[in-house]
Amino acid sequence: MSPHHHVTTGFMPLLDSALIVAAKEKGFAEAEEIELTLVRETSWANIRDRLAVGHFQTAHMLGPMPIACNLGLTPLASPMLVPMALGLGGNAVTVSNSLWEQMAAHGASEDLDARGVGLALKAVTAELRGSKLRFAVVHPYSGHNYELRYWLAACGVDPERDIEIIILPPPLMADALGAGTIDGYCVGEPWNTAAVALGHGHIATIKAAIWRSSPEKVLGVQSRWAAEHPDALDALLRALYKAAVWCGAPANKEELATLLAKPAYVGRPLDWMMPALTGQVRASSHVTVRVDDFFVPHAKAATFPWKSHALWFYTQLVRWGQIAHNKANESIARDTYRPDLYRAALKPLGVALPGANAKVEGALHRATPVGSSGASLTLGPDGFFDGGLFDPDQIDTYIKAQSRS
Amino acid sequence: MEPNSLAVLVIDENRIRASIIEAGLRDAGHSSVTVIHDIHGIARRIAQINPDVIVIDLGNPNRDMLENMFQLSRAVGRPVAMFVDRSDLASIEAAVEAGVSAYVVDGLKQDRVKPILDMAVSRFNAYSRLKRELEEARGELENRKLIDRAKSILMKSRGLSEEQAYTLLRKTAMNQNRKIADIAQSLITAAGLLDPGENT
Repeated sequence: MSPHHHVTTGFMPLLDSALIVAAKEKGFAEAEEIELTLVRETSWANIRDRLAVGHFQTAHMLGPMPIACNLGLTPLASPMLVPMALGLGGNAVTVSNSLWEQMAAHGASEDLDARGVGLALKAVTAELRGSKLRFAVVHPYSGHNYELRYWLAACGVDPERDIEIIILPPPLMADALGAGTIDGYCVGEPWNTAAVALGHGHIATIKAAIWRSSPEKVLGVQSRWAAEHPDALDALLRALYKAAVWCGAPANKEELATLLAKPAYVGRPLDWMMPALTGQVRASSHVTVRVDDFFVPHAKAATFPWKSHALWFYTQLVRWGQIAHNKANESIARDTYRPDLYRAALKPLGVALPGANAKVEGALHRATPVGSSGASLTLGPDGFFDGGLFDPDQIDTYIKAQSRS
Repeated sequence: MEPNSLAVLVIDENRIRASIIEAGLRDAGHSSVTVIHDIHGIARRIAQINPDVIVIDLGNPNRDMLENMFQLSRAVGRPVAMFVDRSDLASIEAAVEAGVSAYVVDGLKQDRVKPILDMAVSRFNAYSRLKRELEEARGELENRKLIDRAKSILMKSRGLSEEQAYTLLRKTAMNQNRKIADIAQSLITAAGLLDPGENT
């Protein structure tokens, strides 16, 4: 039987391409009669451009990127929508060996604790005279950029004034750290584990410690294609959902790591894939820290495209001067994420679907059963490390509180 | 200002392709063309060159970094945006297809930049074609070597003439619907496995 739908999906060599890779390799796409072609890319700009000209219909994307595109902030932006997230968490902050030594001297311990490590970093930056630490992130419109800045700011380090933040592609980060070009970075796996494995750095803290169960990559979809091929999109979302369930099952972690390690995907050693999947994070050559929720592919509605996630990203674009806040821009951000499409596609599966489109982020201190259709659903814990709350109904207040002036 | 007096910067890690583009731009009358292969210290170089048009190959993994640098425009002094003529989707497609993107400083007229982009696209394509042909030629040479080795195995083990050996390979390939080189490779592998040693 020939496939019913043809979909080409662009991705970057990162661990959180897992759902997309599993959808193809484990036959979930095929079972939905999709011929899924995966194309590995070298930059997020290429993914954006190839989505715009129609080489790709869908892509592995940074959560804030489709929002930035729809706000007209990036070149060659075609209208995009986000009908699904590709998991929660998955990033870490890695620092050079010499910076870690200085931080350790100021009381940083190897427990990945965001506050303790952050305050030690603050103490180091306060002592620097005339020079600034340089950190790298993967893209200006990325979860990495915003969580790094959120963490620094909450620890008293001004990301604009006290340090320099540059853009680097993930595969080059560990080497740049080793060469002394940068002092630290925030990136997705396996590129933190890479620095530890190569002896270039220490994992200082992780995304899940800064904001537990926080949004990261999403499925970016060209709006025109979605409108013209609703059945193909539905089928793809079902395939990705089943892939997420498979990726989340403990029994499949080794096999998933083997798939991701292949040259066609991340193309790095199997060992580098395991920490993020098992939660046994190698903070340094001699310390492994057990982390729940390092990368969550399925549990806690990890693939649901919450409008509160889109809006939080939006508040950070505003916070760091990338866009002016007004109701029109806020609407564009809110409308980019499409939980309605997610529900419509997955309804036939009879699985647990959140009843709400948005939630107060940071409100759940423990795992909490929530209102859902179908089977029961548990969310949280999801707190920000500084106890912050983001209520998507109080955007103006949140933006005002974070305002730099 | 003369139409051709724009300062063009080509950022391409592939030296051969970069020189092909450079030659093309010079032939078209652009005297101010700079080529950068190495991303190291690029912000300073860009500030020195002060380019009107920047051409980047899409395979460059530093594209996100470069784009961010242009947008912040600290290095460039003037805002730089990707060359996008929304009325001309075909030319954007052609550029992405060829693997090239161009960024231009604010205020430059599209008709002054378009010929540069078109030139880069055609030279990128020419380079890809050249590379493909070279690879094919190289593959052909490899195949011929394989077939020669397979022929000599058959001649030795079955006492065939060279022509008979080739005919046998070709017939087997046709029967199995495979390439002669594939059959030759299988035969060489099999002979290697079955050969009890060089001395017998």
